[in-house]
Amino acid sequence: MDNIKNAHSKEKTPVSPSTDMAGAGVIAVKVDDLTVAYNYKPVLWDIDLEIPEGVLMAIVGPNGAGKSTLIKAILGILKPIAGSVTIYGKPYHKQRSHVAYVPQKGSVDWDFPTVALDVVMMGTYGSLGWIKRPGVKEKKAALEALEKVGMLPFKDRQISQLSGGQQQRIFLARALVQDASIYFMDEPFQGVDATTEIAIINILKELRKAGKTVVVVHHDLQTVPEYFDWVTFLNVKKIATGPVKDIFNDDNLTKTYGINYKVSVQK
Amino acid sequence: MNLQDYFSLVFSDYTLRTITLGTAILGAVTGMLGSFAVLRKQSLLGDAISHAALPGIALAFLITGAKDTNTLLLGALVSGLVGTFWIRGIVTKTHLKSDTALGLILSLFFGFGMLLLTFIQKQPNANQAGLDKYLFGQAATLVESDVWLMAIITGICLIVMLLFWKEFKLLLFDADYTKTLGFNTKFIDVLITTFIVLAIVLGLQTVGVVLMSAMLLAPAAAARQWTNSLGKMVFLAAIFGAFSGVFGTAISASQDNLSTGPVIVIVASVFVVISFIFSPGRGLLFRQIRFIKNRRDLEFQKTLAFMYHIAETHEDISHPHTIKILNNFQGFTRKTLQKLVDKNYVTLDGAMWSLTEEGFETAANLYNQNFKKHE
Repeated sequence: MDNIKNAHSKEKTPVSPSTDMAGAGVIAVKVDDLTVAYNYKPVLWDIDLEIPEGVLMAIVGPNGAGKSTLIKAILGILKPIAGSVTIYGKPYHKQRSHVAYVPQKGSVDWDFPTVALDVVMMGTYGSLGWIKRPGVKEKKAALEALEKVGMLPFKDRQISQLSGGQQQRIFLARALVQDASIYFMDEPFQGVDATTEIAIINILKELRKAGKTVVVVHHDLQTVPEYFDWVTFLNVKKIATGPVKDIFNDDNLTKTYGINYKVSVQK
Repeated sequence: MNLQDYFSLVFSDYTLRTITLGTAILGAVTGMLGSFAVLRKQSLLGDAISHAALPGIALAFLITGAKDTNTLLLGALVSGLVGTFWIRGIVTKTHLKSDTALGLILSLFFGFGMLLLTFIQKQPNANQAGLDKYLFGQAATLVESDVWLMAIITGICLIVMLLFWKEFKLLLFDADYTKTLGFNTKFIDVLITTFIVLAIVLGLQTVGVVLMSAMLLAPAAAARQWTNSLGKMVFLAAIFGAFSGVFGTAISASQDNLSTGPVIVIVASVFVVISFIFSPGRGLLFRQIRFIKNRRDLEFQKTLAFMYHIAETHEDISHPHTIKILNNFQGFTRKTLQKLVDKNYVTLDGAMWSLTEEGFETAANLYNQNFKKHE
């Protein structure tokens, strides 16, 4: 998996002067006064958030806290009623090629008539643009990504015949193919077994090592200190954001979850 | 006329040829586009669109006074599109779910259309008769120019589909992701929907408002059973649709008093039933066969594994046992034991059985495999 860095650095102009120093001051994603509402009820209220380049960040918060909504609003899938989002200082629609997205596994119908390789190839569609068909180069990239997530033997498998963990890996591979600088993932550990979870977190750590920024909606508070170096507490409003070692404490957890939370944090 | 006469006449007789070609093309284009509707879980969209087209036909007649097909179908197209975009509007702007929106628009437009038809029939105008043929369709009214129109629109549809194949597939599978990649999902959506409306309007003359949605759904539902590739599914749906058109026309032409539209729909439904039962991957029959086979395999393995465990307790793996012991511990059947003998895993000597070397090894591997699977 050491080849992620090489695979991702080809042909890409650096998006900022320093791509290898985590938290060295370059802001990858900047969210200003973001407010999103479904009907009248605000789901996200006045969010200000800066995600430094090169961090592996967890977004944590209770159900209905707006974690998925935050990602969707950053990616332009949802329209905020107020606020703005910039990726490396420019609006998202100008920076698409630098951003990859892993949606929740349950958001699609896995009985769709297609095979694993085909789904991973979809990651190349963005750079291809309208009408142009994927060719040999795109197929090669898709096969490489399948290999990285350990799914190469399943490339011709109908996607409904894959286990939940395998489907999650396919989604991850599709994002890897996008060859992005920033990765947004919506609950990539949901419903996967321990083996898959370790495989996925290892890939995420590889990405960070390669200077990528990874933002993950996460549910398992126990694993936050082990997996992530940056964390954002969210519950409609932003509670706190910063390095895990500084802010992942009972105080912030209690503020976010509303009950007296005790987590044994390894410092 | 019987079926044989039909097939000998189909190439020479103008009317038969026109109708057959028309229904075949119609079946192909609705099958193709129906695949998209089915995969988007918008199966009922076709029903809503075809019903929404009815007031357009009536209004076109009231406004122009003309009764030629193209004018009326243009009216149908406009009101079909209006209905469709109202459905979209209701779904995006209100809390209502799409099935509610579809039902609302379907009954509202159809009711209004029926009202207008009754009003037209009361008019002292000799020209008014015959509009109600759009309710159930009348393939016999197809003329060559209608078939040309169908062929041209099908051709355009095919070209657009091939051009935007990648975008269509992406949107059908994962709409949110499509957005993040920078594709205008609204444009792709409108493109697909517009073609579905066009195909439905084309079919109103032949199959009619009430049954049109079956033309959209049946070939696609049948095709889905046979393949796991989107391309093959669309292709198969087109083939099934075209064959439904041809066979339906043939059957209705060879019998008196059988209207073509309903017969085509019935033929298409036969394709669905056959596919549901006999398709190898998803069909009911093969699923049942696989189930029975799995159960037999399990019985077979269970007996073998049981023998293996007994054999393990003896130094000689071929240590003979009475057949009774199997009865006591394991619900074995003579059939299963006979199969083991056939495979040379077991030798049977009167009432005594013993495991062979080969049987012992197979059983040991069997155990390992199962063990690995549980890990």
